[in-house]
Amino acid sequence: MIYLLYLFIFGFLLTGIIGLFASWIDRKLTARIQYRVGPPLLQPLNDILKLLGKETLIPSGAAQYTFLAAPLIGLVSVMVVSTILWVNNMNPQQTFIGDLIVVVYLLLVPSLSVIIGGFASGNPLASLGASREMKLILSYELPFILAILVPVIHSGLSIRLGDIMATQAQYGIIAFSWSGGLALVIAVLCMQAKLAFVPFDMPEAETEIAHGVLIEYSGTLLAVYRLTKHMLLFALPFFIIMLYLGGIRGNGLHLLYGTLEYVGLVALLSVIRNTNPRLRMDQVVRFFWGPMTILATIAVLLALGSY
Amino acid sequence: MPRTIVPIGPYHPLQEEPEFFILTVEGETVVDIDLQIGYNHRGIEKLSERKTYDQVTFVVERVCGICSTSHPFAYTQAVEDLISVEAPPRAKFIRTIIAEGERLHSHLLWLGLAGHFLGYNTIFMWAWKLREEILDVMEILSGNRNNYAMFKVGGVWRDIQAQDIPQVLKKIESIIPTLEKLKKAVIDDPVLHARTKGIGILSKEAAIDYGAVGPTARASGVDRDIRKNCPYGAYDQIDWDMIVTQNGDVFDKVVIRINEMFESIKIIQQCLARLPQGPIDCVIKDIPPGEGIGHIEAPRGECFHYVRSDGTNRPVRHKIRAPTFMNLPTFKETVIGGTISDAAIVLAAIDPCYCCTERMAVRNRKGQTLWTGEDLIRLSQEKTAQIKTQMGQS
Repeated sequence: MIYLLYLFIFGFLLTGIIGLFASWIDRKLTARIQYRVGPPLLQPLNDILKLLGKETLIPSGAAQYTFLAAPLIGLVSVMVVSTILWVNNMNPQQTFIGDLIVVVYLLLVPSLSVIIGGFASGNPLASLGASREMKLILSYELPFILAILVPVIHSGLSIRLGDIMATQAQYGIIAFSWSGGLALVIAVLCMQAKLAFVPFDMPEAETEIAHGVLIEYSGTLLAVYRLTKHMLLFALPFFIIMLYLGGIRGNGLHLLYGTLEYVGLVALLSVIRNTNPRLRMDQVVRFFWGPMTILATIAVLLALGSY
Repeated sequence: MPRTIVPIGPYHPLQEEPEFFILTVEGETVVDIDLQIGYNHRGIEKLSERKTYDQVTFVVERVCGICSTSHPFAYTQAVEDLISVEAPPRAKFIRTIIAEGERLHSHLLWLGLAGHFLGYNTIFMWAWKLREEILDVMEILSGNRNNYAMFKVGGVWRDIQAQDIPQVLKKIESIIPTLEKLKKAVIDDPVLHARTKGIGILSKEAAIDYGAVGPTARASGVDRDIRKNCPYGAYDQIDWDMIVTQNGDVFDKVVIRINEMFESIKIIQQCLARLPQGPIDCVIKDIPPGEGIGHIEAPRGECFHYVRSDGTNRPVRHKIRAPTFMNLPTFKETVIGGTISDAAIVLAAIDPCYCCTERMAVRNRKGQTLWTGEDLIRLSQEKTAQIKTQMGQS
């Protein structure tokens, strides 16, 4: 019962609120970069609420149940990930061995849900978007996992998030070492791709394939997808802060630093998003499999050397 | 590999106007392209046969909101050719200033849209913010932001006031540093290079074969610019350069347009500084029977108007050929062989303007009944009779 409460309060409510706030930061910063005023604080929430009130259309050519289930799969997986991250952060010793692997897997599920939804909607542009999302996953997943290996090596080959944070509390944060810094850069770029932000927004490229995977979604289902994305905007930077920057501890100065780190990461995503054009699929694959994988391998080797 | 069809249009966020590209793709590679327009046809050529010569200038101004100077300019040239008069020098200078202002805002609009098509919305917002400054300048000069209503057969309607000139010059000069910044942001960006260099290449031979015009042709090394080749307005009295690049890819089309903006600023500055005194229009008594052509360099390329007169106060025939009409077929050369991601920017690179192009649409109507006016009247009468009998029965 207590876990259900955790799932609802931390996994859904708190994550949702912080995610909406992060999305507001992103939109406001985007607007300021583009000489615009930007939306008021509650705009992301109002957008979601408005979508919830709209009619949900199911295209006649779609696989109905899959089409309906796909957004929920994504939402639930982000909720579970966020709950694990919150619990870990509050009480590092209470979690189970291997939660890092569970988190990495579950972070993949929202992308998979987008693919499932895209193919289920039976629209050629959505299928095209889904196939692009699939290629995107294939390209960023390898450097992402290599980058995650670095903190694992630093904390004495432990695959428990609690241990990684305990190591950092004891010996200083991982991002300050050469290998950790390099891995952080790679992880941030992979996060950009995971969120499908420009320059890696090919699955949703508005001007090419008209929002691709989401083209047939409307109303509540679209709201769920949007909310999932906002919540990912909390979960991913939070995960990276835990891995490389020591997590957010709930006492005084640490809380302030943690919040600043989080806002900084979101702002960084937003700045990258607004100073780059969209890349082409083959360029992205080449970028992640070439320079990124090589750098990630170097980071792992450096970490092994110092271990 | 199986072929699928990816539709772009008729309503698609890629371009603002209704048009329909049918891309046949294998995986992500485009193997064929077909194009359908005609969603926006308003019968402007027919309309202008019912208007007097002075009214037609305002009709053609509404062919397209962005080319709202090119069409009246070409039309007035055509009528002046028909009656063999020439506008006074001051009118020629004013026309040139307005035409270059239009080129400036049109190129900025395209630059912003090109950024938007590549997902680079910052460029979109920056370019359109800068465009506002130019629209302000145009408002000072003509009283309007977009449809300037300046052109008149034999001259212009409105003079440029001497007290406005310093203000306009100051505003134009204030644009230059921002434009330089924008140029740097676009031309020096390595990621933009990756997306635009070597994409959608139109070779020089193909450009000539397809009869491409304007920046599309000049990016492929064809030095064709009506302002230089066949000077009109004040272009032969002004010092400016034709911009030509050699590669023919999307990046070169960007470079051409950005550099042309600097040339336009140069032209406006010189025109304002050397504005001759004198009348702004000449008296035209009547229009003799005959025909005339006028062609000018619109922002998108050569804009061509043909007018035939039978001596009355209305044109008997008025033909408009917009630059996009010539540039559209080059898609066969540029889009095929690329990916869908590239197709978006390549389709946009010619700066297409479909409402300019849609003067006439011919559809293949094989196997379909063609109704004439009499048929429709007969059908209507039959329907009425049918309804009457039904109502009588019930």
